[in-house]
Amino acid sequence: MKEAQEFVWMGAIPLQIHLHESEVTTVPPPPPALILAPRIGYLPLLLPLIKPYFSSTLPPGVDTVWFEYKGLPLKWYIPTGVLFDLLCAEPERPWNLTIHFRGYPSHLLIPCEGEDSVKWNFINSLKEADYIINGNCKNVMHMSQSDQLELWNSVVNANLEAFIRSSSKLKSGTIEDDYASKISWMVLGKVPVRLYVWNVSEDFGDMEDAPPIDSWDRISYVNRPLEIHREGKCFTLHDAIKTLLPELFGKKRKPSEGENDEQSFGSEEETKNNRMTEEGEGNISQPLETGSTADDDPEIKLLRIQGIEPKLETPISWVANHLRHPENFLHVCVYIKVPSAKSL
Amino acid sequence: MNESAWDGTLSASEFSASAQAFAEKWKLNNPAYPPWTWVKSLEVPIFATNQVSLVEEGYLSLENVCIVKSNDDEVASCVEGEASLYDKEDEESTDSATLTSSGNDNVQPYYFDFHIIYSASFRVPVLYFRAYCSDGRSLGLNEIESVLPANSAKVLLESKWTFITQEEHPYLNRPWCKLHPCGSSDWMKLLFQAVEKVDRPAMELYLVSWFSVVGPVIGLGIPIQMLKEP
Repeated sequence: MKEAQEFVWMGAIPLQIHLHESEVTTVPPPPPALILAPRIGYLPLLLPLIKPYFSSTLPPGVDTVWFEYKGLPLKWYIPTGVLFDLLCAEPERPWNLTIHFRGYPSHLLIPCEGEDSVKWNFINSLKEADYIINGNCKNVMHMSQSDQLELWNSVVNANLEAFIRSSSKLKSGTIEDDYASKISWMVLGKVPVRLYVWNVSEDFGDMEDAPPIDSWDRISYVNRPLEIHREGKCFTLHDAIKTLLPELFGKKRKPSEGENDEQSFGSEEETKNNRMTEEGEGNISQPLETGSTADDDPEIKLLRIQGIEPKLETPISWVANHLRHPENFLHVCVYIKVPSAKSL
Repeated sequence: MNESAWDGTLSASEFSASAQAFAEKWKLNNPAYPPWTWVKSLEVPIFATNQVSLVEEGYLSLENVCIVKSNDDEVASCVEGEASLYDKEDEESTDSATLTSSGNDNVQPYYFDFHIIYSASFRVPVLYFRAYCSDGRSLGLNEIESVLPANSAKVLLESKWTFITQEEHPYLNRPWCKLHPCGSSDWMKLLFQAVEKVDRPAMELYLVSWFSVVGPVIGLGIPIQMLKEP
């Protein structure tokens, strides 16, 4: 468990941040900032590292910082790694982003007043996850201000040791089911999940050919707790997606059959090995097998969590326990191709 | 009858049913206001034993409600046919759509959009709203708080249960204001135990009761008749 947590916390995205041309007042323009951003962190937290590169070239005025990728203003409260997994079908290294210090698009993005806004958002998500798991927010509410601050700082600094110390005060544990260790946490059998679905209308062979996302309206955001059904069978990642998107996968609801113990553990091992290589080579997500008319059914073209593409048969408990973010949500990016006019 | 203690929450399908009941009662008892409309977000097949039922998920929408604030901090809604308030010191009678004011300030009408959306995480309804001027300009959070009636501003300040934040609308990808849901289940439970003296309400009435608490915070009262059983 510790190993997986370390993997998640050490994950980072190399960023190449360019100042938007309209805000460059010097000749020659400043070179881009090269920053290594923690996957579990948030873009506004990088500002202290970025600003020195550009402060001498900015036009006069008050800073209202926002980031953009290929014209799409980035939602600052989505963890950096999730944004990358979602918006870069073919992972771009370094990831080229544009930073703006003026002209905040407040008709599109909720305001961000620096680190406080991000912290507030994080604590609220932590409360929401607490509520989903326990049926109340007591764990978080009972944390003292200084403990909350300590927890938050461990996230800002991507310091896992500090986080483990702080979160022990949260009485967090692991999800229990037949395939995981039995330290119970999940009173109600619910997993906090945030699903980002890109409904791709055309077929594309390579990820490189995937059309860019030019508007958040193209992404369906599903913030719905996942209820794990304990029927003695393994509830897999595949089952989870189908449960969370009943409007697309409504025909088949029961957990996948025919998964025996050995096979499930086998895929667990495979997944563990695969996650060591960030590229995810050979880890192609599987097309949906429904047994019904395959032509009509949606196809999962890509599923990414923490930069890896876990096999769909992986037990969801493993996925949620090992790949969740510090606020206890599992963020899942999925590209789905819906053949008919069906849309989310 | 479910004997275990009710926790103050409701399921998604109960919300959908309750929303319909709420909208109907509103239409019946609040004719001066435009009706709430149901905006469908998706249709979810629910498999239970042998049957499949289709539950419609969506949210309630009430838009273009005009709220006018005069200098005296009295608030009326333009949509009400009759003038509801006039300044005591001013002898002129009021128009049906405007209020006179004691000072020389113009009375500025603001337009509000309200959406009642189900939170799957907290299992309670959540009120989202936004406000704009007659020229279409959106109001910021601070401006909205200053536009709200004085007593609701007081409620906001004093209540630990009701506070407003700016967050993204769950479906529309735009910033809206949200009335925080965290304590909703607690006060809903209290409301029903204390007022209705039942442990578990008829779920269809959930939204009516919920709105009787939440509405006044944003300047929308509901007529007493709505709280009574038909």
